[in-house]
Amino acid sequence: MDNYEFHWNVVFDAFPQLLNGAFTTIHVSVLSMLVGIVIAVFLALGKMSSSKIFYSIANVWVETARNLPALFLIYMAYFGLGAYGIHLSPYFAVFSALVFINAGYLAETFRGGFQSIPKTQYSAAKSLGMNSLKVYRYVILPQMFRRIYHPMTNQFVWSILMSSLGILVGMNELSGETQRLQSTSFRTLEFFIMAAVIYFVITKLVLLASSLIAKRVFKGELS
Amino acid sequence: MDLFTPLSWNDTDFILTGILNTVFISVVAIVVGTLLGLLIGFVRAESSKSINIVLGGFLDILRSVPLIIQLILFSTYIGAMGYPLSPFVAGSIILSFYTMAFMSEVFRSGFNSVPIAMIKASRSLGMTYLQTVRYIRIPIGMRAVFPSWLGVALSVIKDSALVSVIGYMELLRTSEQLIARTQQPLMILIGVGLFYFMISYPLSLYGKHVERKMAI
Repeated sequence: MDNYEFHWNVVFDAFPQLLNGAFTTIHVSVLSMLVGIVIAVFLALGKMSSSKIFYSIANVWVETARNLPALFLIYMAYFGLGAYGIHLSPYFAVFSALVFINAGYLAETFRGGFQSIPKTQYSAAKSLGMNSLKVYRYVILPQMFRRIYHPMTNQFVWSILMSSLGILVGMNELSGETQRLQSTSFRTLEFFIMAAVIYFVITKLVLLASSLIAKRVFKGELS
Repeated sequence: MDLFTPLSWNDTDFILTGILNTVFISVVAIVVGTLLGLLIGFVRAESSKSINIVLGGFLDILRSVPLIIQLILFSTYIGAMGYPLSPFVAGSIILSFYTMAFMSEVFRSGFNSVPIAMIKASRSLGMTYLQTVRYIRIPIGMRAVFPSWLGVALSVIKDSALVSVIGYMELLRTSEQLIARTQQPLMILIGVGLFYFMISYPLSLYGKHVERKMAI
């Protein structure tokens, strides 16, 4: 053993390309998170609605997203839809799978956050003369946001980590770029160690930024 | 000669192997990960800040690097060092460590959830330190975090699909091979999806049920 010599130069030379890949990773996770949040709001409303149709649609979406592996959903988008003649690009396949899952998980987070606020607060605010819009703006939503903030951060980190599955459908995010670079230089270990370091740094930076924002916005009253 | 042959009943054997392998590696990872996680969670709940920082840093790496990168790195590393392991062994090792990283957090908060007064009370009743751990802290602490434990276990079942990248013949990889032969991706993928759903959904319902019961 120990006959493996590490050659880091080729990795450092390719660093700009790795950073490009990292940019795509962040790009796809931010975008999938934003779209996921918008859909999740509707799904959460659907799960709380009294209409059977809306409830069922939301429920099927949420349970499918929560109970299937991410890799499976990416395959489904990439190979499965191909059978219908819908050919997605690797980027769009990963993006749509992440959106689908993010929306499912966030819907449950939003619903839980909304239902954790007692109904009596709504009546109390109303009796103080606020209209519905003001009740939500000043009473319900600020409290709800505090409760869903951490789960949302976790979901975002999860998206960053899971976008690495793009490697399997030939997407050019950080893992895919690493795979491509190592296949021409055969420095597999070095390239993947570097990719791991970059993922670690990205994740830590996101968590750091998240806690700094929380400190500023919530001024230490994070529940 | 036909290049592609359609799906036939002979393939059930093959798919069944994939299903069993998925279940097998998930069970191994959950069991090993839970035991290691229990140990580390206990150590983290008991030890000083400095030990916690070191341990926490190590666990942080396991949780902040994508599983697929860990799998590729580990299998390349053992290959380059001249200790090739079978995909199952290599996959179980990484998946178990990955599970351990999440389980240790779950159990740590479980141990911390046991009120200190309860521990003092049991010691004053004449229990030894180990007896307190065995009869008070583990049963009470673990009960509190059971829903979270189930959540981690469920995500491990789903993440076990990633072990296919290092060559382990689990459900998703068998389906990939069938797709390559039959060229019927949609049908096979839907079947595979149903199967994952059938494992995961009842467990998640049970988790919700327990959570509701505990909330009251």
